Amino acid sequence: MTHSKTKSILLAGVGGQGILRASDIVCMALIEAGMDVKKSEVHGMAQRGGCVTSHVRYSDKVHAPLSKHGSIDILLAFEKMETLRYLHYLTKDATIIVNADEIYPPAVNLGESDYHPDIVSFLQSNYKIVKEIDATELAKKAGNVKTANVVLLGVLAHHMDIKLSVWEDVIAKAFPEKLRKINLTAFQMGNAA
Amino acid sequence: MKVLMSGNEAIARGVYEAGVRFAAGYPGTPSTEIMEEFARYEGVYAEWSPNEKVALEVAIGAALAGEKSLACMKHVGVNVAADPLFTVSYTGTNSALVIITADDPSLHSSQNEQDNRNYAKFAKIPMLEPSDVQEAKDFAKLAFAISSQFDTPVFLRSTTRVSHSKAPVTLGDITPYEDKTNISYNAAKFVMVPANARLRRVEVEKRLNALKEFAETFSENKMEMNNPEIGIITAGMSYSYAKDVFPDFSYLKLGMVYPLPEKMIRDFAARVKRIYVIEELDPFLEEQIKAMGIKVIGKEIFPYTLEFDPGIIENAINKYEHATPHPVHKIHSIPHRPPNLCPGCPHRGLFYVLGKLKCFVAGDIGCYTLSYMKPLEGINSCICMGASIGMAHGMSKALKDKGRGKVVGVIGDSTFIHSGIPPLLNMVYNKSNALVIILDNSTTAMTGMQEHPATGFTLLGEETKSLDIKALVAALGIENIRVIDPHHLKTTREIIKEELAKDGPSVIIAERPCVLFKKAKTENKKPFKIDPDKCNGCRVCLGLGCPPISWKKIAKTEGSKKAGYAVIDETYCNGCGLCKQVCKFDAIS
Ligand SMILES: Cc1ncc(C[n+]2csc(CCOP(=O)(O)OP(=O)(O)O)c2C)c(N)n1
Repeated sequence: MTHSKTKSILLAGVGGQGILRASDIVCMALIEAGMDVKKSEVHGMAQRGGCVTSHVRYSDKVHAPLSKHGSIDILLAFEKMETLRYLHYLTKDATIIVNADEIYPPAVNLGESDYHPDIVSFLQSNYKIVKEIDATELAKKAGNVKTANVVLLGVLAHHMDIKLSVWEDVIAKAFPEKLRKINLTAFQMGNAA
Repeated sequence: MKVLMSGNEAIARGVYEAGVRFAAGYPGTPSTEIMEEFARYEGVYAEWSPNEKVALEVAIGAALAGEKSLACMKHVGVNVAADPLFTVSYTGTNSALVIITADDPSLHSSQNEQDNRNYAKFAKIPMLEPSDVQEAKDFAKLAFAISSQFDTPVFLRSTTRVSHSKAPVTLGDITPYEDKTNISYNAAKFVMVPANARLRRVEVEKRLNALKEFAETFSENKMEMNNPEIGIITAGMSYSYAKDVFPDFSYLKLGMVYPLPEKMIRDFAARVKRIYVIEELDPFLEEQIKAMGIKVIGKEIFPYTLEFDPGIIENAINKYEHATPHPVHKIHSIPHRPPNLCPGCPHRGLFYVLGKLKCFVAGDIGCYTLSYMKPLEGINSCICMGASIGMAHGMSKALKDKGRGKVVGVIGDSTFIHSGIPPLLNMVYNKSNALVIILDNSTTAMTGMQEHPATGFTLLGEETKSLDIKALVAALGIENIRVIDPHHLKTTREIIKEELAKDGPSVIIAERPCVLFKKAKTENKKPFKIDPDKCNGCRVCLGLGCPPISWKKIAKTEGSKKAGYAVIDETYCNGCGLCKQVCKFDAIS
């Protein structure tokens, strides 16, 4: 039996940005859409401001929860500089969605290294589809900075073949009653951006 | 029904499905969530024990009383539990006992990368190793069945990528709990004095032979015959990676990695032309298979260190098979982003002070270990949990007068309770001159806020007696005891200096709750701001290594030596005000 090619998404950013919750939602949406899904993440020190990544892989039968270099189709970067750390994972026609947020690592704080300037133009000159979005700003507009992760899912939804109603169902289920509306608004704002 | 679950949630479910209602463990990434999830099921008894040795002994006691039980820990936890481990292999378990070891190839959150499959062989205990989340659940259940059948403890080995991956899982039926507990006596089996242990030793070998036979027909040791040119022998997550890139090869997938099914391996070897053994870390399967006289390719092409991914396996085999390697994009050099102490972390103030006192700080394991980095550079060693106190004492004894006032051990509250008490007693007994600082942030922060004997709550959420650390330290015989709030830099510095100057051992207890600790309700304070005109660019505040404080360069102007100024990112500032305390120019408000 031959299986459809497994697709891979990499969510990457900094501890505390809601990356793992976001990747859970992606998985739930894919399952609702009838896919087999596996994801893998490292969250030992997720809250301590270190790098956090989550691989999401889907097709009709997925074996590995971790992607090999050169195989990621979509990179969803929650922090701008973090994009650069994972380019070797991407296919050459990968889509890159990048949050405009800049969070300085210690060496930059201390003035020992520079925060890379012109990251987005660098990406644009090397990849066909690069979408930059100020998710933090949109999240504030939606009513809570913490929904920036869901704003980014709104952008991601544009680049995946899953019905919006499925996304919205899953998001509604993922949050308790009092956070539901605000997250749906955040998703829609990201999707319209 | 399929449910999206993590490997750890799946293991907890598997244990529960097996009808098990008793578990003891000590937190440690990547194992922690197994206990936390299990504790949520109805009708269970689950406890955080003070360390892994105690956890295993608690589980052994329950098993001897007829209760199926689980002991759960990370890979290095098994080192702590190794003493009872090797002998419970002799006694057997009466009921059923499963020990979970969660290994961490790539050291994502550990101090070493030991391969705990070696413990299975060393202690002569069978070990199952799931390759994905579904198997994590199913194997947990099987492990208990094997334990009951063979009267042996059974290891279930997970790795970070099994524990922390998620996938849809088909749930199974829950075996209803049956109370089979009673007090039974059997000295020949449970009193391991030499005369009895010698006899049990023979039983262990018999059991191992029976398990070898069992392995030949065990449902989770499976041959998948495809292309007969290439056969892969593998287990655990490596199987999933290999299947991803080489779906057409033939496989012998071992669900049980110890003991091995020799006949099955020989049979597989006879049916394929070339064999690769794919395993992360040690050549554990490879050496045993080579010892059977079977030719295989293993560590000559696969790395010994760090975890695999599908690409590593593909590249290793393809190079060997002379195909073109997979193209890999160039990696950009960018600044590291190591995990850091949080804004407002109570450890920051203490290490800011200690870093300036020119002592040797024997560190320990916990969030505070992160202070070793620039700019704090607050600890100078870290070996294992509890090592700080013994090392500080040893160093101070060895240095004699050269070490006076210069050797400090620092240890977190959970770590002190885990393995810091006997070494502190030793400091009293053997007349130490070192200083010990206990960093009491009211929780086990590093692994995600677990309760411990000094927090006043159990894993099941019940209120309980809370250990009085100060009274315990006094009871051990320490006479110089001081309690400080590490947030007050000036007094912290003064008290540390005073205690360093004293003869005999001293203990300082630095008390302030973790900022992430919800029960402590650290009030939400206003973020601070730096006035760029008042800031003279001295960089002292940057020395705190607080994530929201950064350096802003400015173009040099005439008559001014100022190269830049510090700024605070208000979104991340927690308003603790340490930076205000260190600013000499009153620029922070
Ligand atoms: C033997 C062993 N068990 C468990 C761990 C995982 N672990 C690392 S640090 C730590 C406890 C940290 O708590 P504490 O000492 O209170 O310091 P904090 O992180 O709260 O600052 C644990 C459980 C380990 N490294 N070694």
